[in-house]
Amino acid sequence: MLRLASQGASLALSSNSLCNSHIASLACSGLRLWSAAFTTTSNSVPEKLHVCVVGSGPAGFYTVDRLLKRYGDRVHVSILDRLPTPFGLVRSGVAPDHQDTKNVTNQFSSIAADPRVSFLGNVLVGRDVDVNELRALHHAVVLAYGAESDRRLGIPGEDVVPGGGVFSAREFVWWYNGHPDARHLHIDLSKVRSVAVCGIGNVALDCARTLLAPPSRFVHTDLAAHALTQLMGDHQTGGGSAVREVHLVARRGPVQAACTPKELKELLTDCGVSARTAAPDQLTVSEADSAEMKATRLKRRVFELVSKAVADASAADAAAGAAGGSSPQRRRDLFFQFYRNPVEVLRGPDGAVTGLRVERTVVRPDGPGGTSVAVGSGMFDTIPCEMVLKSIGYKSLPVQGVAFDCRRGIIPNVAGRVLQQADASASSPTSASTSGSAEGGPDEVAAANVGLYVVGWLKRGPTGIIGTNLVDAEETVDSLAGDAEALLRAGEMSHGSAGPPGAAGLEALLRQRGVRVVGWRRWRLLDEHELAAGRAAGRVREKVTEVREMLRVCGFAVE
Amino acid sequence: MLRFCTHVLRAHGIAASGSSIGFTTVPFFRWSAWLHTSVPNYHKPNSLIDGQEKVDITYIDKEGKEHTVAAQIGENLLEVAHDNEIDLEGACEGSLACSTCHLIFESEDYYKKLPEATEDELDMLDLAFGLTDTSRLGCQVVVTKELDGARVRIPAASRNFYVDGHKPKPH
Repeated sequence: MLRLASQGASLALSSNSLCNSHIASLACSGLRLWSAAFTTTSNSVPEKLHVCVVGSGPAGFYTVDRLLKRYGDRVHVSILDRLPTPFGLVRSGVAPDHQDTKNVTNQFSSIAADPRVSFLGNVLVGRDVDVNELRALHHAVVLAYGAESDRRLGIPGEDVVPGGGVFSAREFVWWYNGHPDARHLHIDLSKVRSVAVCGIGNVALDCARTLLAPPSRFVHTDLAAHALTQLMGDHQTGGGSAVREVHLVARRGPVQAACTPKELKELLTDCGVSARTAAPDQLTVSEADSAEMKATRLKRRVFELVSKAVADASAADAAAGAAGGSSPQRRRDLFFQFYRNPVEVLRGPDGAVTGLRVERTVVRPDGPGGTSVAVGSGMFDTIPCEMVLKSIGYKSLPVQGVAFDCRRGIIPNVAGRVLQQADASASSPTSASTSGSAEGGPDEVAAANVGLYVVGWLKRGPTGIIGTNLVDAEETVDSLAGDAEALLRAGEMSHGSAGPPGAAGLEALLRQRGVRVVGWRRWRLLDEHELAAGRAAGRVREKVTEVREMLRVCGFAVE
Repeated sequence: MLRFCTHVLRAHGIAASGSSIGFTTVPFFRWSAWLHTSVPNYHKPNSLIDGQEKVDITYIDKEGKEHTVAAQIGENLLEVAHDNEIDLEGACEGSLACSTCHLIFESEDYYKKLPEATEDELDMLDLAFGLTDTSRLGCQVVVTKELDGARVRIPAASRNFYVDGHKPKPH
């Protein structure tokens, strides 16, 4: 297969040089490859292109979408997920009070129900089947499994066990969204009064909103039942969450904040919180910041929203003070701790978190690539808290048999074509952002692992919104299409005129191994079960949060 | 609109799943029959409702191909695109929770005729790929008589998407 792949690579080179310049000619390449399929073999049976997509979040589904649009009846796609449930972060990341954002699952469901697509849930690549086996069964494999790990703070006190109390935002979001892997995290909000969230992107805001907004906001959503119980309390657990303040801890200032206006406005106006800063320096902006705000509406909006909210809360305090008497404030506090860099998680004698020690920073505009960088000032504060959430970035995990760039946390690639192991270290830091220059020279293209592709966060790093994956998938599918002719020929050489068996072969292999594959119909049983349970409770959906229970509902016999 | 409905139906396993959305003919036909009492013509749903005014809108798709369609006054540009099988994404189905229906007005004159975008639309538009001074979200632009002859472009990723000025977007 490797020999064939290298032959394929030289073919890919020639087809690339022909197709390089025009997007329109990529459409023509679709026609060319079919005529090639007709003329290459003596049997002239038009082949299907068999593709396997690993991961069923937006990156995976948009990839399937583009493949179906490009190849019509001439493609069959297997789409795998390690969970019985599809949709990746649309199910387990998007906040429960953002149901509209989940509308995209209607489109994805339509794709999965298409007879040209085989969804295979509850299949873990690395345990149930490996990448090489997938490559042997399909013409091409596209890795789309996202980022299921986290960047670390790398500070003392971060990982003390027992003690706990420190979680990544990913884990906390998985927890309240009912992801089976986070179901049993040791989170007890009845013992937490203050939470320090490191980071100020939209995920940090989601965490703050879930912790601070009145829990009634989530009652009718698909927030996981165990999380709702903790927020609201009941006769067993008592009064519910004790959280009264959340600190958003950001190393730099408001103009560098990664959050966006829509989410910020929601948090500041819809959730009954009072916005605060802990010190006057925290809303200062530099001249460079002011210039940037003038040029960029988004930045201006963020700064205005925060400053106004803080000013309004001060004014409200002053008015309440002037009116005299105790304020009947039930509002919870949201602290914008700009210019604070976490340096230590403080713990008591029993190991429980008591605070986050931070160093005040000064922002200098002379970082790498012209970015601003925060520098310590030697002044320290302690933010009292009982839980710390790290919302400083997701990170992808490597998969066996495929090169991985540990520094950037991505699979090294050029325009979505995965680079071979030997060239992984050569993926140049000068190639912009993450996926490298689309102008990859002949050496890089020749070294590409023909037939193996990557898309989504695994390809470009954990940034962007759902729709960003659409453009990304187009690029990866364009690369795949450029190689398709070579891949089809390679498939014929190794499997005969019918090519590799694709999804049918994969299903047979998994059956042989006793893997309980959750196909689309079985997922729909689980889906209907959750929707019906939700209806009965006046909720959008009542999620099943344990894999065993999911499999039982899907119709598998479980002990 | 029809495509959206088909999505929802097929997602729940109801409509026929004979082929993809882009190639399907039977489900549209069935839908048309269900929705309209007059004889259905799935290619031109706008003509079903007699007397409704239409204007010409030209969409330029990602491959640069032009599609001039008869757009019904009162529909938004995302609905019109889907009615005419034009490849314009609408991930959040028109609820201002994404920016995938981003359209660029080729002429500033037509752009200026539009009622101003709300702050909510601008907040989402700020995140759109390839933002320009004449950009709008298709789902927020309602067809009026004044838009007759308007040309809108669906932004495509350039070859150098990841090199030229690509800024990692927040999420």
